[in-house]
Amino acid sequence: MLDYINSYLSDTVHVTPGEAGNFFWALVYIIAIFAGLSVAVIAMNWLERKILAHMQIRLGPMRVGPHGLLQPVADAIKLLLKEDILPSEADPLVFWLAPLIVVWTAFTVFIVVPFGPTHAVTDMNIGVLFMLGVSSLSVLGVVTAGWASNSHYPLIGALRSSAQMVSYEIAMGLAVVSAVLMSSLNAEGTGTLSRIGLVQAQEAQQTWFIFKFFPLGLIAFFVFAVAMVAETNRAPFDLPEAESELTAGFHTEYSGFRWSLFFLAEYSAMIAVSSIAVTLWLGGWLRPFPHALTGETWDLVFSLFPGITFMFLAAITFYSVARMPKHPYFRVQTIGLAGFGAVLALIGLALFAPPVRDRIQDVYWFVVKVAGFMYLYIWYRGTFPRYRFDQLMKVGWKVLLPIGLGVLILTAVSGIVF
Amino acid sequence: MPDATKFLSHLELGETDQTFLDSNELIINMGPQHPATHGVLRVILKLDGEKVLGTECVIGYLHRGVEKIAEHRTYTMFNPYVDRMDYVAAVSNGLGYCEAVEKLMNVEAPPRANYIRVILTELNRLASHMLWLGTHALDIGAITPLFYTFRDREEILKIFEKYCGARLTTHAFRIGGCLYETYDGFEQDVTRFLKFVAPKIDEYEELLTTNRIWVERTKKVGYITADDCKALGVTGPVLRASGVQWDLRKAQPYAAYKEFDFDIPTGTNGDTYDRYLVRMQEMRQSLRIIDQAVGKIPEGPIMAKVPKVIKPAVGEIYHSIEAPKGELGYFIVSDGSTQPYRVRVRPPSFVNLQALDQMVRGQLVADVVAVIGTLDIVLGEVDR
Amino acid sequence: MADETKAPAPPPSGEPKDSQGKPNPPSVEPVPAKKPGDPAAPANPGAPGSVATGSAPAHHEAAPAKPVGPAATEWHSEMVSRLTRQYGSGIREASTYLGQNYMVVDSSLIPELLRLLRDQEQFDYCVDITALHYPEKEKAFEVIWILYSFAKNERIRVKTEIVDGQVVPSSFSIWPTANWLEREVYDMFGIRFDGHPDLKRILLPDGWKGHPLRKDYGIIQQDNEWVQINLGIESGQ
Repeated sequence: MLDYINSYLSDTVHVTPGEAGNFFWALVYIIAIFAGLSVAVIAMNWLERKILAHMQIRLGPMRVGPHGLLQPVADAIKLLLKEDILPSEADPLVFWLAPLIVVWTAFTVFIVVPFGPTHAVTDMNIGVLFMLGVSSLSVLGVVTAGWASNSHYPLIGALRSSAQMVSYEIAMGLAVVSAVLMSSLNAEGTGTLSRIGLVQAQEAQQTWFIFKFFPLGLIAFFVFAVAMVAETNRAPFDLPEAESELTAGFHTEYSGFRWSLFFLAEYSAMIAVSSIAVTLWLGGWLRPFPHALTGETWDLVFSLFPGITFMFLAAITFYSVARMPKHPYFRVQTIGLAGFGAVLALIGLALFAPPVRDRIQDVYWFVVKVAGFMYLYIWYRGTFPRYRFDQLMKVGWKVLLPIGLGVLILTAVSGIVF
Repeated sequence: MPDATKFLSHLELGETDQTFLDSNELIINMGPQHPATHGVLRVILKLDGEKVLGTECVIGYLHRGVEKIAEHRTYTMFNPYVDRMDYVAAVSNGLGYCEAVEKLMNVEAPPRANYIRVILTELNRLASHMLWLGTHALDIGAITPLFYTFRDREEILKIFEKYCGARLTTHAFRIGGCLYETYDGFEQDVTRFLKFVAPKIDEYEELLTTNRIWVERTKKVGYITADDCKALGVTGPVLRASGVQWDLRKAQPYAAYKEFDFDIPTGTNGDTYDRYLVRMQEMRQSLRIIDQAVGKIPEGPIMAKVPKVIKPAVGEIYHSIEAPKGELGYFIVSDGSTQPYRVRVRPPSFVNLQALDQMVRGQLVADVVAVIGTLDIVLGEVDR
Repeated sequence: MADETKAPAPPPSGEPKDSQGKPNPPSVEPVPAKKPGDPAAPANPGAPGSVATGSAPAHHEAAPAKPVGPAATEWHSEMVSRLTRQYGSGIREASTYLGQNYMVVDSSLIPELLRLLRDQEQFDYCVDITALHYPEKEKAFEVIWILYSFAKNERIRVKTEIVDGQVVPSSFSIWPTANWLEREVYDMFGIRFDGHPDLKRILLPDGWKGHPLRKDYGIIQQDNEWVQINLGIESGQ
């Protein structure tokens, strides 16, 4: 254990706890990811409602806590306390199992997500494959959920979901392969499926793969970005749970805690696929311009970003505090908001400390990139109408699949030529 | 005239067992509790996978017996009830009823009242179309336009509220004219609203008209020909989108519509996209009418000389107006007493809903939702 | 004038004949103040009702005094003469009231005449089908078709009188819109339409007893048994 801490603190060794065979630290990482993910889902919930609300000229949650900050907590409590309804005609075992499968797959993929060169549970040499494989298992949970409910809407939702996920996985896989091909453009000529290896390949080639063989990398990224929205059943591809058609799709019959598991799984799946996109095309944990803007000064500037971000958030919070209505009724909320701001500011201050800011930088850039994708997800939802099922299939098979294939071939050719 | 048998619902219930394991066909109930049926409409769908083989509408969940109530109320007392039928276009309902009774009594509303009626009715048409647009887009999955249209509809409701105190079920008109004189600043409010809303309609169109997904979802969906429309008695924007240039405001002008210059927008394909375009154009035409009307509201009384107790002569009348949903008719029979002997309402939503089966057969489940939205039904009017 | 409303006793019909086709110029004879003393009078000479002629035989003497009210006049048109030539006395009456044309025809003519109206007279749009109930009359029901012609921009009403229980031929094959409209008439009045593809209740639930728009159906009346069984409300209300 001490060995690992020493190796972690020394800049020379770059291994993940899983690689080092250190089960204790691996466990710590797993718990940290689990907790972090839950917090991220809760934050996502609040952010989605707020951002969507502001896109739609309304305020969103405003009542529970200042600016509705405690709304996700209230929702979570509500969901936990709600009656857990088991439809009388449902298959109890499968009905019970389905949300577990979905949640299990959604969380398992995170053991290969590299938040930094050393910040991952493990560095699997087939990381990308593992992630695609495990995340496509989640369709099993969706199908069993629809099947076990023994009801028509969930059944249709489950069938839609299985067809959709299977078709888009192909386009997604082709896009991934073209990125893996790009990673093989090194002296040895061998690519890697390790996600840490993929980011290191981008570092070695001094470019994000999205800009590689312009515009091939961009197109492959585009194919992946569309397919990943479809993979996670989000708007405009949210047919399996199309609210206005199938009420709630495959989870129509679920309530309370089980439903919240689906919710949790959906959001963590969104984060998971975004993390693939980030590692494959957007340079993973690499900070912007790691080769162009080098030197002590730039390192310092970029390492200050995490702290600055938190200070900025704290500043917004304090500005909101100043704008709170000056009325005794709002006193508790104002104090709460000020406290929240103080916590943010303290975190920001802590992130300015030199050892912390050097260690935390990679995680910070990774999270920022993923957060960008999360914002896109919300933006899509606010903008697009929903595709119809046949159109969805058409887009998957007739548009994305040929493009993905073409990009793959062109990438291979380019790799040989250049 | 098309062969009638093709309009029959091919839904043969009972043949397929409800357990769906041993059959390729699936019977599902859409509604009466469903997010996209705009109230308590129940549609039984027979599906082959996602394809709709047949539908049957089950209605009546909101039946309140309005026509029976009418027979036990005086003409004046029944007036507020009509607002509760198509509650998103209450002013149009009221206009139709008041004009029908006026016709039965052989009374004409004074010009000033007619102008006020036209302005309020056209505002109401705008409000109704806005609500339609928001909910229709929501059904197709675009959630944002709903809030935009509600924001702008609010301005119309504010004008109603200032005029008569009510926002939704306004009871704005009385038999013989209007009860209320326009409030101070009515013209300014309406003009300001016109200036406010014209760019907003462009905004809706920006969000949807060229949106690729929107076009794919609505083009060639819910197609109905002009002949089928006539055969099924479908009126309003649905008929016009099929290419029939027929609008009661032009064909048989009522109120003061003769005096205004406006066009009847028509479509060519009769699909959901054309109906969308027609309604968007209608909103612009409504703005034109209001713009003309508000500038020249004549002076004069707002109430014709109508006795306090309304007792039309023995006889009967059918009067219909162009409500936002189609032809809204009132067939009133008087036996010479203070209460109507019979009031029959010819509800546009009820008749238009009949075309649902024809429009969705052979299409997908998602299209059913789109078509229900595009028919613009209000269950209060369907069930009465 | 609408003769169905003269159920209790035949009033003097068609006395004043001053309205020709178009509605009269607003013939307001407004005496807003109601004469005191006869509150129950259905046709007080001064009251608005009296602009009509003979709405109640008891006040018959008032009618000649105010002959300006609207009244049904004969409806002259080529179409009517054509139809009368073809069907003779089957066309019982063709009149205009307040500018609106209607004809009362014999119930035996029904599917044929309607089809002819659609095919030859271009009444291609069936606006509405409805019914009226006159419990006092021998022919207690009147079924009304409101038709419109897009080509002629003209609206007419076709009426026929039937006795209770008589079956009317369905016009579904003429105008498919009749499907739901006839179902509603059946639901509300209990008039059966022969040849209708699926004649069942539309607004009321299937097992309901009674037809609410009949005059003998009370306004607060409902099928208590149905409510008790299906809704589980013991009192039935």
